[in-house]
Amino acid sequence: MSAVAAWVRRHPVLGFFVVFAIFPWVVPYKSLATQVLIYGLFALGFNLLYGYTGLLSFGAAAYWGLGAYGTGIALAKLKVTSLWLALGAGLAAAVVGGAVFGFFCLRRRGIYFAMLTLAFAQLLYFVGFHLADWTGGDDGLRGIAVPAVVLPGLRIPLDRSVVFYYFALVLVGLAVAALRRILDSPFGTVLQAIRENSDRAAACGYDISRIKHLSFVFSALFCGLAGSLDALRLTVVPIESLHWSTSGQVVIMTLLGGAGTFFGPFVGAGTFLVLEDLVSARTESWPLVIGLVFMAFVLFLPKGIWGTLTGNSAAPK
Amino acid sequence: MPEISLAALAAQVFTGLVLGGIFVLLAIGLSLIFGLMTVVNFSHGALYMLGAYFGYVLLTHTGSFTVALVLAPLLVGALGLAVERVLIRPLYGRSPDDPLLLTFGLSLVVVETARLIWGKIGLTLDPPRALGGAVNLGFTYFPTYRLFVIAVTAVVLLALWLFLEKTNVGLLIRAASRDPLMVRALGFDVGRVWFIVFGIGTGLAGLAGILAGPMRGAYAEMGVTIIIESFVVVVVGGMGSLVGAVVSGLLIGQVVGLTTFFVPKLAEIIVFIFMAVVLLLRPSGLFGEAGLLE
Repeated sequence: MSAVAAWVRRHPVLGFFVVFAIFPWVVPYKSLATQVLIYGLFALGFNLLYGYTGLLSFGAAAYWGLGAYGTGIALAKLKVTSLWLALGAGLAAAVVGGAVFGFFCLRRRGIYFAMLTLAFAQLLYFVGFHLADWTGGDDGLRGIAVPAVVLPGLRIPLDRSVVFYYFALVLVGLAVAALRRILDSPFGTVLQAIRENSDRAAACGYDISRIKHLSFVFSALFCGLAGSLDALRLTVVPIESLHWSTSGQVVIMTLLGGAGTFFGPFVGAGTFLVLEDLVSARTESWPLVIGLVFMAFVLFLPKGIWGTLTGNSAAPK
Repeated sequence: MPEISLAALAAQVFTGLVLGGIFVLLAIGLSLIFGLMTVVNFSHGALYMLGAYFGYVLLTHTGSFTVALVLAPLLVGALGLAVERVLIRPLYGRSPDDPLLLTFGLSLVVVETARLIWGKIGLTLDPPRALGGAVNLGFTYFPTYRLFVIAVTAVVLLALWLFLEKTNVGLLIRAASRDPLMVRALGFDVGRVWFIVFGIGTGLAGLAGILAGPMRGAYAEMGVTIIIESFVVVVVGGMGSLVGAVVSGLLIGQVVGLTTFFVPKLAEIIVFIFMAVVLLLRPSGLFGEAGLLE
């Protein structure tokens, strides 16, 4: 196990593609694999902000929801026929939302930041709830027709779940590569410097408020892409996309896997979803079980599963 | 503009005052705990909910609202003490995010447990007969129970203020929130102060719950939205500032009450818009000190 983990750590992007190319063939059913991929990306976006920049957001659902509704509204209401355009709409919504809310939330640091992100996500939830003409309100946004992938000389319909999985794998893989690139860049190093000691990073001359804001927007971008993909997967956007419980879910996933580790988010998303599947088959009280598991992790295993396995975690201090 | 009856408006101001009172009780507990321990108690809403349910159980078993009103907050406070001792204490010295994360998990557990015990459907709590009906305020009739809530909130706040300002324990609490290291150096057990404060703060949440019960009923999710709004109250008031929590709670109660009256559709959103405006104009909150415990 640790040999595999060590190899994956040395070749993160390649490792990601290899593992996830085989993944749908080893899990009980394929839709679970797609979910792990999409929620893993969501957690990846959250982890950029929490695990690497040290900013705990309780409002990640806002950007996931903006991505989902952006893509969903483009397809269902504006009758956009290009998949790329629809994905672009979701990403644009998430990035704009991230830029605006990030500006407000980053006016305060530390623990205030967590409360502010939660409050602004709740604002968006109520807005989505009341703008039923656009969002479908309580019933969710229905009638999303997923267009085929059109590339020069190539047209791939996404109606089969295996095809959709590999389509998602390519996009999520690109996001993983992009995140690796960001973290290896000087910018990524400053993010981690801010996490370790933001005063010292500021004293070194970095414009930390601008860098944090940028990290916030990048995080929103990843969360938004995940939300967009989920809208395509479900062909419906439930109002719960914007609910605080969705934000909580991604917090739990990331911490289960290991905050501040590169693959923790995927490990956490997988663990969460498999566990949810097993527990929900036996009892309705899934939140009770995951709540207890999560508390145990915070108390006794703060590095999470992947962080403990690889022995290298930079859990935020 | 439609004609607005002044009496209806005045009644709405009173309704806002009731809502504000509940906000204040929750926010002051949050703020007290935060100011001293830098712990943001996410499970505050879940404890508020327990206050209402404990009230329901006590009311059905004893038949006395007074007993319920006194015992429910004490029980919730006792639970708070257990939470501090068993769950929060191991996290001192770690990142302030950790208690927030832990109490988030705790709130999931408590809400789901309440759902298992008392069911998914909300329960109604009857106010005592003496407090049923309405009082003629001269310009309008107002439910007696709501006036009672305002009165209880005022009395409790006054008692809390006297406790913090006039007693030795209160002095110790204020000192420990200023400079815990110095208080420890002077030979006091700061851990004990934290323990007491956590109990008081959670007890206030329980009180808010039992007071809200007869107005809103008791249901498992009741703490969730109100905890987010209470966070807003605390941020607007200035974290750790008790005066800020009171002023901001009453202010937001009015803002929500009046918005419900004039533009009902905006009622749920206005709290957050208000918060955004305050953040723009005064990032550290109305009464907050910049950089305090950040």
